[in-house]
Amino acid sequence: MADWLQLFQRYLPDFIKGAGVTIELTAVGLTIGFVLGMALAVARVYGPKWLKAIAIGYIEIFRGTPLLVQLFLIYYGLPSLGLTLSQTLSAYLALGLNSAAYQAEYFRGAIQAIGSSQMTAGRAIGLSRWKTIWYIILPQAMRLMIPAWSNEPISLLKTTAVVFLIAVQDLMAKAKHAATDTYDPIGSYLAVAVVYLVMVFVLNWGLKYLERKTRIPGFEMEVNKS
Amino acid sequence: MTNPILTIKNLTKKYGDNVVFHDINLTVNEGDTIVIIGPSGTGKSTLLRCINLLTRADEGQVWLDDKEITAKDCDEDVVRQHIGMVFQNFLLFNHLTALDNVLLGLTKVKHMKPEEAKVKALMELERVGLSDRAGHYPGQLSGGQQQRVAIARALAMDPRIMLFDEPTSALDPELIGEVSDRIVFLEKGSIVEEGTPDELFYHPQHERTREFLWKITELYGKKETGKIDG
Repeated sequence: MADWLQLFQRYLPDFIKGAGVTIELTAVGLTIGFVLGMALAVARVYGPKWLKAIAIGYIEIFRGTPLLVQLFLIYYGLPSLGLTLSQTLSAYLALGLNSAAYQAEYFRGAIQAIGSSQMTAGRAIGLSRWKTIWYIILPQAMRLMIPAWSNEPISLLKTTAVVFLIAVQDLMAKAKHAATDTYDPIGSYLAVAVVYLVMVFVLNWGLKYLERKTRIPGFEMEVNKS
Repeated sequence: MTNPILTIKNLTKKYGDNVVFHDINLTVNEGDTIVIIGPSGTGKSTLLRCINLLTRADEGQVWLDDKEITAKDCDEDVVRQHIGMVFQNFLLFNHLTALDNVLLGLTKVKHMKPEEAKVKALMELERVGLSDRAGHYPGQLSGGQQQRVAIARALAMDPRIMLFDEPTSALDPELIGEVSDRIVFLEKGSIVEEGTPDELFYHPQHERTREFLWKITELYGKKETGKIDG
């Protein structure tokens, strides 16, 4: 135990640096995924047939193939098409595109739970279809989806670990270094496991706070009633 | 005043083989209050939705003032600004306070300046007696209060006409007579007869109208007894 604490202490600055990269990857991936996921869900629910088909195709493909395969296709595959991206950029893109497919489904579920009557109400005062989606449907959908959607940031934070395979210096990569340095894989990986756990704990607390902050008096009840 | 504000000509709506209403003709003059009565499932709500184009009629035209709003080149978003609608279940925007419910149309449809819009929205809430509930969310309001916010939201747009879908489900026919200039009896998708409240309630020309009114009166009577028992 004392040995392990020593290892933890020695590599902590390194781990913190790696954790910083992990947080960046999570934040960027989540943001790309959020914006794209919202667009995909709106396209899937409200879009014309062809757009709907594209959205469904996208979601099925990105949920149906491993993230690692997507990452490798972007990092190793795209250069053969003349598009060479840096390791970090490839990682951002892969995580974002992948997360979008999942977030789209959270959005879609929430949009469908709201039902068509809110759309009718918006149209009745003269709002256009898109304005109603933007001002009425999406703000409600976002609040409704938070409890289920909270899985995504947590899941994504841990999923980012695969990017060490294209040599992005994230927390997982630091653990690998520590393991080869010290010949103590168990101690090293246990140490980063603790760091991941702490990050998830903090993230979870933040998400709970978000859920409380955005709660609308009587709104959840209203949705359950209909 | 014989200034027709709303003219409905030969309006027909079907879903497949199911005819919701057929060949409806109706003229409403400025200042008139028209009440459409009839058994449930007879097309009253659909007729209202066809007037503000939430549902498209299959045949016939609707004219607002001297403009045909069912015309293909007519912008339905503009039309709806002039036709206020209060829904049966009010359909307030659940994530917005009473004030913001009224404000949204003013800022996003009428593009009023935020300060002006707020003054107007507060005035509309005042008109329905709810200025003290401006900061409440729909989930915190009673059904009656929600209905009044919905009315304020519709009136705030300064519509030419207002449509109310089942505004008074629990009102008896005599009371309806007090607020309306003309009653239209709709059954099985057609207008059976129309006239002043006095004509329709006390001297109905058609057997079907008589039957319907008799049933309503009986129902209303039963409900009253129930209340006393409770």
